[in-house]
Amino acid sequence: MKIRKVIGKISTTILWTILTLITLFPIYWMVLVSTRTPVELFGKPDLSPTFFQKIHWKNFTKPFIDGIYSDYLFNSIIVATSNAALVTVLALMATYALSRFKLPGSESIFFWTMTNRMAPPAAFMLPLFLLFSTVFKFGDSTLFDTKIGLILLYCVFNLPFAIWLLKGIIDGIPKELDEAMIVDGANLFTVLWKLIIPLAAPGIAVTSLLSFLFAWNEYLLASTLTSVYARTIPTGLSEFVTTTGTNWGTMAAVALVSMIPALIFLFLVQRYIVAGLTFGAVKG
Amino acid sequence: MFSNNRTGWLLLSPTILILFLVGLVPFFYVLYVGFFKWNPLAVDPSMQFEGFGYNYRQLIFDEVFLSSIWRSIRFAVVTLFFELSLGFLLALSLLSSFPLKSFFRGVHTLPLVIAPIVVGSIFKLFSVQGLGPLPHFLKDFFGYTLNYGLNADQAFWMIVIMDIWHWTPFVTLTLLAGLSALPQDPYESAKIDGANNFQIFIYITIPMMVPVLIVVIFIRLMDSLKIVDEVWMLTGGGPGYATRFTGIHIWKEVFEKRFYGFGSAMSILYLYITIVICWLLYSVMVSRGKSED
Repeated sequence: MKIRKVIGKISTTILWTILTLITLFPIYWMVLVSTRTPVELFGKPDLSPTFFQKIHWKNFTKPFIDGIYSDYLFNSIIVATSNAALVTVLALMATYALSRFKLPGSESIFFWTMTNRMAPPAAFMLPLFLLFSTVFKFGDSTLFDTKIGLILLYCVFNLPFAIWLLKGIIDGIPKELDEAMIVDGANLFTVLWKLIIPLAAPGIAVTSLLSFLFAWNEYLLASTLTSVYARTIPTGLSEFVTTTGTNWGTMAAVALVSMIPALIFLFLVQRYIVAGLTFGAVKG
Repeated sequence: MFSNNRTGWLLLSPTILILFLVGLVPFFYVLYVGFFKWNPLAVDPSMQFEGFGYNYRQLIFDEVFLSSIWRSIRFAVVTLFFELSLGFLLALSLLSSFPLKSFFRGVHTLPLVIAPIVVGSIFKLFSVQGLGPLPHFLKDFFGYTLNYGLNADQAFWMIVIMDIWHWTPFVTLTLLAGLSALPQDPYESAKIDGANNFQIFIYITIPMMVPVLIVVIFIRLMDSLKIVDEVWMLTGGGPGYATRFTGIHIWKEVFEKRFYGFGSAMSILYLYITIVICWLLYSVMVSRGKSED
């Protein structure tokens, strides 16, 4: 019996070792490619790690210092940060309203916000493109190719997610606490600021981090709704596809840089990712 | 609790306004444009009304579009099968303890946070002819030529493999969360009755996991039907039509050929099919929930 258990443990460890190698190997190869010159990449793939002295820094400096990619990076940071901030504030307000007020039809509103998340973005590319470039006008300027356009647009998938995630948390805060504060003469703002936000702080942090990540990773809508001034880093990455004779080293370097936030957040939100991705239907 | 609901509506109004503008207005707009013949690059670039069914009548005979839908569904089912079997196995293995478990789990979570477009890039660098280690390895050890730029089947399966790499962790972690929350009593009584591990799995674990399984299937199917980014990066929908899933097809028709009216009709039909599949799964979920009460 004991031997069987040991064998089971060993085989599970072997299985997971292989899996981990499969997961990491393509990423490892991308890192290698980003450190090499086009000549070094020619011919049989060399899987040995690159020495620090031999790193071909031009792969990084060419797009990010000489090229346009620093602008893309800047746009991505602005769009994702602003969107995460906007989504967190709006979702907190909306969730509080859905959780504490007896609004007629609030269940339907909740369901409707969720449907926005499920819709395939490809079906909305064309109408959004037309609306952004012709209909939504403020004087002469349109929303097309602006950061504000993207910031508002990303609410479509981030707001439903944030509301869902926060609803579970705010529903869990006893209503009696709110009532006690109101009896003592506090107004709504004080209740939110002094009670709800401190108690829901971890949930709010996770919500904003995941919103940031989803906004940072979005590609399809950004690529159709921007052309020059508001292009984000994922759209920049896709530009490598069409050019003939791709510079693989540069492409790998850009992909690597655009992965950095994901890598940072992985450590911060790992525990909440399941709840986040399943809409809280399954608690992680 | 609050005496007037006006404050509640006030708190809710910015959310409703934004989702109305970028969610509901585009939907009605695409519905509207779908009734017109509209191609800005044609001789007559204006919108022409030729009857409500003009685009839709063409659409149901458009073999490329219909095959792209069929391809998307096939892709969704194939990846679901592999991800579910592998994910279930891995979730079960994570219930026991073994060395370095949390490290393995952490690495397993990694693909989930990587942008789809970056996943596409990673796989492109990994498997493209003349650069990637994968074709070299297959050639040297098995004499198998991998060139998904030319071979339609290889392109399709390459995308399946990429999707499995990207999304199996999601299935694993979700099922693990479900498995850890299962009550222990049925297991104990089954063991007392002398059931073996296989019987316990089939007759106790699977039935108790059905609600979680449905959630996983639901979310994975929806996401697979939406897939665009990774495929665009890896194969661009080619070779030929081999990996042209519905999302990519709409993109090409709309932004390369500028078939606005026709593209809108496609978007509506695509949306409709997604909603129907969504609704079917949802009603299965609801009916199960009722039968359990």
